[in-house]
Amino acid sequence: MTSKSETGAFSHKKLERNVTLLGLCALGAVAIGGIVEIAPLFWIDSTVEKVEGMRPYTPLELTGRNIYVREGCYLCHSQMIRPFRDEVERYGPYSLAAESMYDHPFQWGSKRTGPDLARVGGRYSDEWHRAHLKDPRSVVPESIMPPYAFLAEREIKVGDMSAHLTALSRVGVPYSREAIKQADADLVAQADPNADGEALKKRYPKAQVRDFDGNPAQVTEMDAVIAYLQMIGTLVDHQKAKAYEQPR
Amino acid sequence: MTENKRIDAATGTQTVGHEWDGIEELDTPMPRWWVISFWATIVWGIIYVLLYPAIPMLNGATPGLWNWTSRGQLEQELKAETLRRAPVTRALAAIPVEQLAGNEKLYQAAIEGGRAAFKVHCVQCHGSGAAGSTGYPNLNDDDWLWGGDLPAIHTTLTHGIRQPDHDATRFSQMPAFEGVLSAREVDAVVGYVQTLSGKARPNAISASGEAIFANNCASCHGVQGKGMREFGAPNLTDKIWLYGGDEASLKTTVNKARYGVMPRWNNRLDPITIKMLAVYVHSLGGGEANAVPDKAVAPDPAKVVANVRP
Repeated sequence: MTSKSETGAFSHKKLERNVTLLGLCALGAVAIGGIVEIAPLFWIDSTVEKVEGMRPYTPLELTGRNIYVREGCYLCHSQMIRPFRDEVERYGPYSLAAESMYDHPFQWGSKRTGPDLARVGGRYSDEWHRAHLKDPRSVVPESIMPPYAFLAEREIKVGDMSAHLTALSRVGVPYSREAIKQADADLVAQADPNADGEALKKRYPKAQVRDFDGNPAQVTEMDAVIAYLQMIGTLVDHQKAKAYEQPR
Repeated sequence: MTENKRIDAATGTQTVGHEWDGIEELDTPMPRWWVISFWATIVWGIIYVLLYPAIPMLNGATPGLWNWTSRGQLEQELKAETLRRAPVTRALAAIPVEQLAGNEKLYQAAIEGGRAAFKVHCVQCHGSGAAGSTGYPNLNDDDWLWGGDLPAIHTTLTHGIRQPDHDATRFSQMPAFEGVLSAREVDAVVGYVQTLSGKARPNAISASGEAIFANNCASCHGVQGKGMREFGAPNLTDKIWLYGGDEASLKTTVNKARYGVMPRWNNRLDPITIKMLAVYVHSLGGGEANAVPDKAVAPDPAKVVANVRP
C-alpha cells in the first residue's frame, strides 16, 4: 500500500506535506457528512405526514407540559410508541411524526422506567391521576415513581402566557392572534367547571374543559399536569388517520 | 529521513522505509481475518443499501428493493397474529357472554385473553392482583356494586360508570348531605351505619340515626341497608368498604358523597376483548351465576347457592 501512495498520481505524501491541500480535502470530507445530516432538515415539512386533528396546545396544557419538562418526567417516561407489535398491543396505535410537530422540545424520551405516555390521554380518570400523582403507591403498589403531591398546592401564576404563545408562534406553532391575546383567559377558563368554554373549544378543538384537580377554587399545577396528560395522544383519530399511515 | 525499504532480518517483515536515528518501523501487514472482515462489512453495507430504505432524498429515503417498512412489518405481524387467533375470536364473537361458562375450552381461552388484557388496561386502578384500593373496588370478593353475574360485569365494562356524554353508562348520584343534614345528624346516621355491619355497638346516638337513615338513605341503600344494585348503592351491612368504614371516612362520604368513575371500554377495546375481560373478572372468585338462568346452560344449583350473596 505504501508504495502505491507514493508512486500514484494522488500521493499521500503530497497531501500530508501540503497543509492547504490537506485542509481543503478535510473540509470536503467533513462537508459530505454534514450535508447528509443537515440537508434533509430543509425538506422536513414534506416528510411529516399530514394528519387531521392536530392543534397547538391550549395554554393550560402547555403549562402542564412545562411542568412535565420541569419535573423531568421525560427521564422515565417516553412519548413514542414504536411500530412494534408488543408496543402497539400494550400502548395503542403507534405515534405519528405529526403528533409531536408542535412540541418544542419534543418529549419522545429515551428510556422507559415507567410506561410510555404517548396514548395516556383519557385512559384513566382525573381522580386516578390525582391519587397517583400525590402518592403513586396508593394505586400502583409496585411503582417506584416519586410523589408529586406539591403540585396540588402550587397555584399557577397567570400573566405570561401571551408571551409564551408568541415565542412558540415564532418557531412555527400556528397560534392565531386571537389565541395569543386570550391566552391568560383561556388558561383559567379551561380549569373552570362553570365557564362555558365555547370560545376556548373553538380555538382548540377537542379541548377538555373541567376542574381537573378537584379544587375548583384554584388553578393549580395539578390542574395543568392532568389537563396535559388527559390530552396526550387524543387529538388524532387513528381510524381516520389509517389512510395516512399506509407504508409508503 | 531516508527512503530505504528493506526486509527486516529478525522478523522477515518489510520496513516502511523511514529511519530516524537508526530507528525503523515495520510495515506489518494486516491479519488476513481482519482484511476479510473489512471487505465483508463493505459488501454487507452495499447489499443493505440496495435492499432496505437507506439514502435520504427530498421526500423520504430510497425505498430499497424489498420495499421494507417498519409499519408494513408490523401490519404483517398483526395480520399473522389475527389469523392465528381467528378460530378462537370467531367463536367468542358468536357466543353470548352468559353462555360462555358452558363451553369449557372457549371459557379457558377467554380467561387467558382477559388476563392479558387486564394487565394492560385494568391493573392501574384495580391492582395487579385485582384487589383494588381505596376508591377502586376489589374484584376478587363477592361484593358487587352493580351486579356480579357475567352480563352485569359485561355491561359495566362496556359502558363504564358515570361516563359523561354516554347515555348507556351506569349512573347514580348519592346526594352530598352537607348542609342538608346538620353535623349532629350526620354523626347520628354514621353511628347507625356503623352498627349495621357490627362495627360499633348500638348506643343513643346511633339509635337517633335510624330514623334519619330511613328518611334519607333507605330509598337507595334499602331499609336494612343492604344496598340496591340498580342504583349501584353499596351494601352497608357487610365489612367491605370502598372508601373506608371508619367514622371519619363515612362522615366524608355522607357529607360530600362519592362519585367513582370507571372508563367505558366500548370505544377503546373490541367487543371480544371486553367479553374476555368480563369472563376473567367473573372468574376471579366472586363471580355470580347469571341472574336469569338461560336455557342453553342450566346453572348448577350448588354453584348458585355458593355464589349468590346472602
